[in-house]
Amino acid sequence: MEMPKIDAAIVARKPAIVAALQEVLPPDAVIFDEAEVRAYECDALTAYRCPPLAAVLPRSTAEVSAVLRICHQMGVPVVPRGAGTSLAGGALPTGDCVILGVARMNAVLETDYPNRFIRVQSGRTNLSVTGAVEADGFFYAPDPSSQLACAIAGNIAMNSGGAHCLKYGVTTNNLLGVTLVQMDGTVLEIGGAHLDAPGLDLLGVICGSEGQLGVVTEAVLRILPKPEGARPVLMGFDSNEVAGECVSDIIKAGILPVAIEFMDRPCIEATEAFAKAGYPMCEALLIVEVEGSKAEIDEQLALIIEIAKRHNPVELREAADEDQAKRIWLGRKSAFGAMGQINDYMCLDGTIPVSSLPYVLRRIGEMSREYGLAVGNVFHAGDGNMHPLILFDANKPGDLELCEAFGADVLKLCVEVGGCLTGEHGVGIEKRDLMKVQFALEDMEAQMWVKDVFDPKWLLNPAKVFPLDVTASRRAL
Amino acid sequence: MKPANELELAEAIRAATGPVRIVGGGTRRVGPPPAGALLETGGLAGISLYEPGALTLVAAAGTPLAEVEAVLAEGGQRLPFEVPDLRGLLGREGVSTIGGVVAANASGPRRIQAGACRDSLIGVRFVDGAGTIVKNGGRVMKNVTGYDLVKLMAGSCGTLGVLTEVAFKVLPRPEAEATLTRGGLDPVAAVAAMSQALGSPFEVTGAAYVAGQVRLRMEGMAGSVAYRQGALAKLLGAGWDVVEAAQSAALWQEIRDVTPFVGQPGAVWRLSVKPSDMPQVLALLTEAQTLCDWGGGLIWARVPDAGDAQAASLRGLLAQIGGHASLLRASAEVLATVPALHPEAPGVAALTRGLRAKFDPRGLFSAQE
Ligand SMILES: Cc1cc2nc3c(=O)[nH]c(=O)nc-3n(C[C@H](O)[C@H](O)[C@H](O)COP(=O)(O)OP(=O)(O)OC[C@H]3O[C@@H](n4cnc5c(N)ncnc54)[C@H](O)[C@@H]3O)c2cc1C
Repeated sequence: MEMPKIDAAIVARKPAIVAALQEVLPPDAVIFDEAEVRAYECDALTAYRCPPLAAVLPRSTAEVSAVLRICHQMGVPVVPRGAGTSLAGGALPTGDCVILGVARMNAVLETDYPNRFIRVQSGRTNLSVTGAVEADGFFYAPDPSSQLACAIAGNIAMNSGGAHCLKYGVTTNNLLGVTLVQMDGTVLEIGGAHLDAPGLDLLGVICGSEGQLGVVTEAVLRILPKPEGARPVLMGFDSNEVAGECVSDIIKAGILPVAIEFMDRPCIEATEAFAKAGYPMCEALLIVEVEGSKAEIDEQLALIIEIAKRHNPVELREAADEDQAKRIWLGRKSAFGAMGQINDYMCLDGTIPVSSLPYVLRRIGEMSREYGLAVGNVFHAGDGNMHPLILFDANKPGDLELCEAFGADVLKLCVEVGGCLTGEHGVGIEKRDLMKVQFALEDMEAQMWVKDVFDPKWLLNPAKVFPLDVTASRRAL
Repeated sequence: MKPANELELAEAIRAATGPVRIVGGGTRRVGPPPAGALLETGGLAGISLYEPGALTLVAAAGTPLAEVEAVLAEGGQRLPFEVPDLRGLLGREGVSTIGGVVAANASGPRRIQAGACRDSLIGVRFVDGAGTIVKNGGRVMKNVTGYDLVKLMAGSCGTLGVLTEVAFKVLPRPEAEATLTRGGLDPVAAVAAMSQALGSPFEVTGAAYVAGQVRLRMEGMAGSVAYRQGALAKLLGAGWDVVEAAQSAALWQEIRDVTPFVGQPGAVWRLSVKPSDMPQVLALLTEAQTLCDWGGGLIWARVPDAGDAQAASLRGLLAQIGGHASLLRASAEVLATVPALHPEAPGVAALTRGLRAKFDPRGLFSAQE
């Protein structure tokens, strides 16, 4: 993956930049030692690394504003960072940038149950937002699998999803307001505890902008009352087509499960070997979960099971108790880990219309044979967000490149059938050069206008999202 | 101008020499029309894709809302956000189009549970002020590829471009609904009851307060609605009545369309606040008729149509407690001194100006209401 040439003039000014930052931050908040900055050289896309010029760890909106004002004045690019779990290289530094990490800003600022929101500093981890309200019967709905580690800041920047978004939506549907610091240091309040301000929906475009429009320091998040209970059912089918039809029939019947997860045979086999969840050996497996009181769950599951039976399942297993429910989820939750046991893997994230599921899975199977790389599929079937895991050997020369080429072909296929390159992980550097597959230049131009307005000098995370040749003239400003 | 397709529309925009006024199916003001050459989108009509199993619908922007709703109903589904019909309230006539709904981000009582129009919108195509066709989002419900201009276009009231196509995530139409009602509640008691209900696990899909009566709606499978209605009544204590099926639906249509104000004189405000601030706002509105939705967060107020229609006191209070107030209906004299839209903070206003200048460099769309 190509990155812009490091600006030697900026690197040469490192001592002056560090000194200016030290003037506005406490000593332990400015990291510039060459060994220490290595801690920030990559995110979860570990194939790509580059130590930044320096890293700062502010504790307040005012400190963030002071840092940005300095970098703006001195013309230094800034890459915001939450917990560094991006799978797309969103938080990957360049050698001439300052990493602005919000990890120390993790306080809960306000919890308001009558109005059902929580206000937090953006460095707070996703799971600990729920943790702050759970005892009172509430939760924060978006639940990326990385929720123990990832920060709300990164969730907002990537518009992250989770297993339960079929019912609850993704980050953007649960975000009420942000405090945003612009590159020149201006602090803005956008949205808040009330709903839907008139005028342009700036909050909507800030969410998912991958740290390119401003640094989010605080967020107002919608919290929801916890459902009385939840219960999954597991079903196995002897073909992907039939499993796909079953998903479609469940949705058409008017039921909205909180989750419909799909695993194919390679993934089931890997998972069984690793986690021993007792899954049936079949071509395709669905986990469907519904919520509510016991009676409501019974009502919905009866209907779902009736539909499933019409598709001749090879296995149909309803969780009778909490323990069985855990076992049903165990395999799904260990799927990534299980694939990781076999080899290194690359996790794709394209979305397809659910009706194309059988065709896309068949094509991925064919490509897998052509490329000679194994692939397992595990994904959110209700919304068509696929997660093909391509296995490769990082130590084998050429294997990463082969895997990337395979991945690119899969994503092109997703676009071809009417879907998109990324459903929840973001573009980052990983899918940057594929943007031209999904968008015409005019489409990207309209998106870049937004950055032109928020960050006229293109200093915030400038090497991401759009192909480098497309942004070259803007970044040169 | 009434272009028959997207290309013609783009051509018309490129050829435009002065402000254009975008009209969907023509829900228009009764009275003299505002300035600008008329650009009708009604020629861009038709549902191009409806996949019930994928919960998706794609339609040309000029498609009548009624057609979209009818097609969805046949598939046992609906638009999640309960589109209000404010023609009566605003004294307009004509047919609402789906593009107009999106441009206004029009969202009804279910907004608190299923989200606003912008939350269901998954894709758009539009023509910008230079006459360029732009697409964003698509037809899949999970999509973070590039910036989310879909949200930016929803509620932009045509100031950034002319929508030509919109795509939605839709939801199943539930088989049953029921509403708990209780009258004789003052604003403080009302907001407490609504908050308690919305903070319960019983999935309340509407919480409104009108003429002293609180209404709490539940929707879903029949058994589930029966269960939740009982459980919620028990939680809230004595004094609640149950209204079911069509009668329940009628109660919500009244809230959605602000029916109690229709045909009544006066200026009409639409305020959005934190629900618990509702009693404080109502305390200012002593001479007004009011109707509250969204658990108390959305306040409709009909005030005497004179002076500043209470703009100074309302906006003064909101400056302290947060929220916004828009004047949806008022006489020309009032509107001459009171900005209809809530004034934006300077930093936000600067971004808005910047975006409008980029998307509409010639200011063609500045005449939008
Ligand atoms: C094992 C694993 C499982 C995962 N599962 C999921 C999943 O189920 N669903 C899902 O959606 N994602 C998933 N992810 C991806 C990742 O966790 C999410 O993208 C997450 O939101 C990133 O958060 P972060 O705090 O780690 O952000 P980082 O990686 O630090 O940064 C991500 C992006 O956010 C920007 N950013 C960070 N902080 C700010 C700020 N304060 N202001 C503005 N921009 C900022 C960065 O510049 C970068 O572009 C997974 C990742 C891993 C490793």
